Amino acid sequence: MLLKYLSAKNEDIPPGSAAIFFGFSAIFWFVVGTGLGSFNAAKLAFPDFVTGTELFAFGHMRQVHVLAVIVGWISMAFAMTMMYMTPALGNTRMWSEKLGLWTALLWNVGLSSALISLWIGITSGREYSDFAWPFDLVILFGVITPLCVNVIMTIAHRRTQGIYITNWFFGACTFMVGIVLLVGNSPEYFHLTGLSEAYLTWWNAHNLLGLWITPVAAAIAYYTIPKLTGNPLYSHRIGHMHFWSIVVFYSTPASHHLMSSPLPEWLKSFASVEGVLILIPAVAFVANILLTMKGKWSMFVENIEIKFSVTGVFLAIPLNMQGGFQQTRSINWFIHGTGWIVAHAHLALLGMSTFLEIAAVYFGLQQMLKRKLYSLALANFHYWFVLIGFCTYWISMTIAGLIQGAGKIYEVPYIDVVIAEHPYMIARWIGGTMVFTGNLVWLYNMWMTARVGTLVPDGRYAHELAYER
Amino acid sequence: MAFKEYRLGAAMVGGALGLSMCITILMPSFDLRSAVSTKMALEKQLSAGFDIGFGYADPLLLGINRPITVDLETDPKTGAKLDPPIRAYVYKPGVPMPPNIRHPHDLGKGVQDLSESQGQIGAVSGSNHSKGSQEGVVFTLALGEFNGEELTYIENASVTKGWTPDATLAAAGDKNTHHISKGKTEFVVQGCWWCHTLLPEQTQDWQAFGAPPYLGDFNGENPTAFGSDRKAPDILHVASRNSSREWMMMHFFNPRLVQVNSIMPRFDYLWGDKDAQGNTIDYDKWRAEYKEYSEGKRTYPPEVPDYAPDSEIRALIDWVLSLK
Repeated sequence: MLLKYLSAKNEDIPPGSAAIFFGFSAIFWFVVGTGLGSFNAAKLAFPDFVTGTELFAFGHMRQVHVLAVIVGWISMAFAMTMMYMTPALGNTRMWSEKLGLWTALLWNVGLSSALISLWIGITSGREYSDFAWPFDLVILFGVITPLCVNVIMTIAHRRTQGIYITNWFFGACTFMVGIVLLVGNSPEYFHLTGLSEAYLTWWNAHNLLGLWITPVAAAIAYYTIPKLTGNPLYSHRIGHMHFWSIVVFYSTPASHHLMSSPLPEWLKSFASVEGVLILIPAVAFVANILLTMKGKWSMFVENIEIKFSVTGVFLAIPLNMQGGFQQTRSINWFIHGTGWIVAHAHLALLGMSTFLEIAAVYFGLQQMLKRKLYSLALANFHYWFVLIGFCTYWISMTIAGLIQGAGKIYEVPYIDVVIAEHPYMIARWIGGTMVFTGNLVWLYNMWMTARVGTLVPDGRYAHELAYER
Repeated sequence: MAFKEYRLGAAMVGGALGLSMCITILMPSFDLRSAVSTKMALEKQLSAGFDIGFGYADPLLLGINRPITVDLETDPKTGAKLDPPIRAYVYKPGVPMPPNIRHPHDLGKGVQDLSESQGQIGAVSGSNHSKGSQEGVVFTLALGEFNGEELTYIENASVTKGWTPDATLAAAGDKNTHHISKGKTEFVVQGCWWCHTLLPEQTQDWQAFGAPPYLGDFNGENPTAFGSDRKAPDILHVASRNSSREWMMMHFFNPRLVQVNSIMPRFDYLWGDKDAQGNTIDYDKWRAEYKEYSEGKRTYPPEVPDYAPDSEIRALIDWVLSLK
């Protein structure tokens, strides 16, 4: 359907085509990623579940889950929001809708081949940048660079006077993530070895979160919440503080991921202090968004997009409290390398960030398709399954992590920790499976929206119309 | 281009990011570059070779074009008895050199000087370091003194002792040959490191998992593959706790044979199709018998097959047993 526009003239492509392509791709990868997550969790609870085949072994599947979710779901959802928010905020069209479509196509093809190669075992052996370096180059120059050019050129060609905060983040983050991928993968490009390689691996992983996932997710909320509630953003000055403190503080604490390694002590101390300072952008963001909701709290119950968005902002509170303090030496001593960290990572990616992106994808797809959501009941089912599934996962893994931490510092024989964790591993699998089920329903709901959703008249927003089912 | 009023802002983003990278990348690099290789780092580097992850020499990570580690009881050239045995690292023709042969500065002060002057590492024949040398090289470790300090350095035994790769492999025999590089690649490819870390923590772990590594313990290692999510014991010093090859075989084939509550996956598929005698391994029969055993219908579990000498599991166990 959309593929016919790949060779069309840019002016002939309907605005929003790239956003729709990215939106459905993102949901597809979310289903794949959470399905893999559920499968892997089953293996941790029951080690002889699907055994004896190399390709379906845990060690071959785990990293495919992680990268399918990060590069497939989260990053493509970001691209989707950029493809409709950036022009909307500049009162213009996308600089090149055609480039957007080609980016989406190359993204899907590149990611599929990268994940398959990773699955069969072709890896760099570096966490969060597990792909062999030719695939890293495809992601950097085939996907991130054209996205960055498209976003920045759209902002430059805007027909409004100022630049709204969402677009500052979009422009800066697409640029900064390119730098992160260039520098963070330099151990592979230039064959750096030893502790430099280890440090750059975590520099890359940290900054992917700090300069890409967290700020872009927040930028999305800066658009969806004011747009849906009709309230103006509470304060642009607090937004300024959020933006600048992200760039200054969030780009520096990489080595707090390696607190127990022999990196220089000054570097670890510096990272730890900077890590606590991440609370500044975090508090600024949460306060700004929640104050914007003033007078419109009924929408938290009535409107599905607000429900997802505000839940994501609420989840940012425990996320940042954990994130600010768990990397200090005294707390890291207890929880480093345990399930607590796994819980925290899922709170960031599946909790805060994913909830904000789901809201933006719901909203954007309805706008771009000009169709009202097919079923509110299915959307509510999706919300509750993702929320309850996520909470089950998060709470069970946090408890498991605390058990593991106690086992670690009291030198309990490791197998006793494994036995004690077993019930929580089962809970984690149930939670993950609920998230996967919810996402399957979402994909169906969105597909039906595209096919039979009520048409939205020109000049109206989808959320202003009543549901017909 | 209505971007003028944001020029200052854009410059400030660049400045802030540049400053942050100056502090977090440039400044630590001075510290990291001054690290002096310890014996552990040299052993890891020589046994692992150029790269454990994806690379030109082994793009599919099959364990080809890898160095081979041997324990020599006789001198490959003279045939004289060596007591105690010497560990040698054999790089056949075409096998890429370890990283610090190409970049000796990264060995660190003292180790670099000794390796170049005493160890003759600059005299690698053919000198195409990334593709390996034409005749192959045999390296060993040696002890030397630099400014009153005793240091371990790399010796190019092909030059200093005239050992050739073929003669060295023949002198060692298959029993004393260890496929450590291929084994570490298996560790990465099979995802062992998603649960077993290689980083005892500095603040604890001394009693359970042994000493945490030092600054110079990583020079030349690529990738370091520490792991971050410890769902199983740390294995940096595992062979100091348990060096039984038979235990490792049972544990890899089905971890529940030696630890009923283990959640480790079975790695029986690493045995391949044939056992040590060349007979086809009947996995279905083994599983059926194991099922009877686990249900209490048999007194003993079925025997774990002996692995073939070129199997993946042999390389993996060779690597695990090198982790002293």
